[in-house]
Amino acid sequence: MNIIVCIKQVPDAKDVRLDPKTNTMAREGVESIMNPFDRHAVEEAVRLKEQHGGTVTVLSMGPPQAEAILREAVSCGADEAVLVSDRAFAGADTWATTYTLGKAIEKTGPFDLILCGKQAIDGDTAQVGPGLAKRLNIPYVSCVRKITGFENGAILLHRLMDDGYDEVEIPLPGLLTVVKEINEPRVPSLKGKMKAKSLSIRILNAEAIEADPDSLGLPGSTTQVVKVFAPEFKGERAMLEGTVDEQVEQLVNKLEPYL
Amino acid sequence: MLKIDIETCIGCGVCEEECTFGAIEVIDGVAVVNEKCTLCGSCVDSCEVGALSIDSKEKAVQVDLAEWSGIMIFAEYRHGKVVPVSFELLGIGRELADQQKVTLSAVLLGSGLGGAARDLVSYGADIVYQVDDPALEYFTDEIFGNILEDVVREQKPEVVLAGATAIGRSFIPLVATSLATGLTADCTQLAIRPDDGVLLQTRPAFGGNIMATIECPFTRPQMSTVRPRVMKAVQQDLNRKGEIINYQPQPERLQSKVKVLRSVLEEQDQVNITEGEIIVSGGRGLDNEKGFELIKQLADAVGGAVGASRAAVDSEWIAYPHQVGQTGKTVNPKLYIACGISGAIQHVVGMQSSETIVAINKDPHASIFDVATYGIVGDLFEVVPKLIEKIKERRG
Ligand SMILES: Cc1cc2nc3c(=O)[nH]c(=O)nc-3n(C[C@H](O)[C@H](O)[C@H](O)COP(=O)(O)OP(=O)(O)OC[C@H]3O[C@@H](n4cnc5c(N)ncnc54)[C@H](O)[C@@H]3O)c2cc1C
Ligand SMILES: Nc1ncnc2c1ncn2[C@@H]1O[C@H](COP(=O)(O)O)[C@@H](O)[C@H]1O
Repeated sequence: MNIIVCIKQVPDAKDVRLDPKTNTMAREGVESIMNPFDRHAVEEAVRLKEQHGGTVTVLSMGPPQAEAILREAVSCGADEAVLVSDRAFAGADTWATTYTLGKAIEKTGPFDLILCGKQAIDGDTAQVGPGLAKRLNIPYVSCVRKITGFENGAILLHRLMDDGYDEVEIPLPGLLTVVKEINEPRVPSLKGKMKAKSLSIRILNAEAIEADPDSLGLPGSTTQVVKVFAPEFKGERAMLEGTVDEQVEQLVNKLEPYL
Repeated sequence: MLKIDIETCIGCGVCEEECTFGAIEVIDGVAVVNEKCTLCGSCVDSCEVGALSIDSKEKAVQVDLAEWSGIMIFAEYRHGKVVPVSFELLGIGRELADQQKVTLSAVLLGSGLGGAARDLVSYGADIVYQVDDPALEYFTDEIFGNILEDVVREQKPEVVLAGATAIGRSFIPLVATSLATGLTADCTQLAIRPDDGVLLQTRPAFGGNIMATIECPFTRPQMSTVRPRVMKAVQQDLNRKGEIINYQPQPERLQSKVKVLRSVLEEQDQVNITEGEIIVSGGRGLDNEKGFELIKQLADAVGGAVGASRAAVDSEWIAYPHQVGQTGKTVNPKLYIACGISGAIQHVVGMQSSETIVAINKDPHASIFDVATYGIVGDLFEVVPKLIEKIKERRG
């Protein structure tokens, strides 16, 4: 089974803050990491390869530094790595991203399965997986939490729903997005680390993927960010005063309508 | 690409300060852009000497925007029921439709729909396009996507909304990609700009640390998924009149390569916190599982459900279905009592629209007090038992 895993480098969301006064992002100490959901996608791909043979190719669209997460994925068991990188890709929304990833995947050769994370923690959109499947005209299932079998060219799986789960069968080639429950990602092996160090990463730019320049990056995007701001609150902040007994008494009076 | 005119640039550094992404640095007296640039454009507006510009050649307007009119929502129907977010979508949809003086329609897909379409009318829909077909018994992205796409192509609504549920977030991206239009995920605020009718879609990003407002200027429809429990449904009116149209999909549009073999309902938690009028929530301040007993007692005393911060859930003092916040549930009860919760943004986004918020925390600087209606600074192990006692007294 030849598998492509789409992985993204993201800032560690818990450290990202916007200063409400200056509206600037606090930059200090924000680390770049592999999108946490994508680690699980890499792990699942490696497990499938171990069971059914084939290769795992990790692919990322991003700046040159995204090489770091590609090497990390190789150290955890992926075989090949492709970096889709060009200044022309900057500012892409999910529409332009799926176009670019789709074009790149057409260049990287035949595949049976594409795995994505459920969502990337920077934008939290969860749109790239389904959009990419449409670009490639293959079926997809999102929020996969368990793969239960592989028979007659189809994968059997459980997809997470809001009220439970669905048991689903998807023929290959197809695309899956995965949630964290699907597995526990392994730590890099020594052999993996050695391989990651020496592996040469294939770089694809806009020309190499034969992209239409008008469909890339910001100009190729259907949506635009018009404003970013820190979340604001409307609390009245009435701090109760007095001894604990007095405060509790006041509170119970205030809450009378609800009791 | 961001262009910097180095002749004009005076190296003042205003753009460097303005840039949210750390993408501009003043080096040797001129601004230099690096690859972190997302072309958001805020630096361009900030530059007083006009040295910055974004080269995004004026796009050919892809569609005749005026041809698209009306607000359409996707009504989710699952296991024999209309999912509540559908009524919330009709609430915000009604507002937008009235502002634009256009119709509000709903697309309802399922098998054995019964009176569901009537319900949608009573909650504000002017028109319901329904397909009641055995092929829709289970949710599949392909079939649901095909039908919604076809209805949108025929009706040309300017706005299409769906719930940011497992189903909405899965198949709406397929519809948007098929229609070659923009989609904004998980919106918490929607408004139409009166000047040009553009939908302003506001949503949290970076795990809720940042809010972003997004527009889809050149293509139609403008599509969003909307977070459940954020928009308000209108009062049901059984006398409301509306039109129910049985839409006939082409047979080949009812085929899916993906097959659902079985749909399993999982044991729902006894108390569904998203439906409670009162929620008492506990956080790391409770110290341990035992501490949580206190929260349960208070919840019993006020007749409320039990909620929790992620810290409490991660410590395994209580199960995940109780978690409130960005990665848990969004709630908006009449009364929310937060005990031993610091008020991290990811928690606050899940409960800030509660009518009244009470915070009990021993740290006077805890940010939970910023969203609180009433705050008590004190040790919860002292305050909560007294509160329980007083409430019991009151209630007799
Ligand atoms: C991507 C992402 C998603 C997240 N999603 C969520 C989410 O959905 N929901 C969520 O809740 N969090 C979420 N978090 C975590 C969030 O950032 C906080 O870490 C978490 O909410 C903290 O929980 P807490 O307030 O219980 O704990 P703490 O921050 O440790 O606060 C404990 C509070 O209890 C007070 N306290 C201690 N002892 C007492 C006492 N005896 N009496 C009174 N007060 C006392 C302390 O003063 C302190 O303010 C997320 C984080 C990330 C990065
Ligand atoms: N730039 C990118 N390069 C590679 N994969 C991506 C990229 N952006 C998104 N993805 C994939 O799509 C998933 C969902 O991302 P998103 O729709 O941005 O939330 C991620 O978990 C990745 O698997």
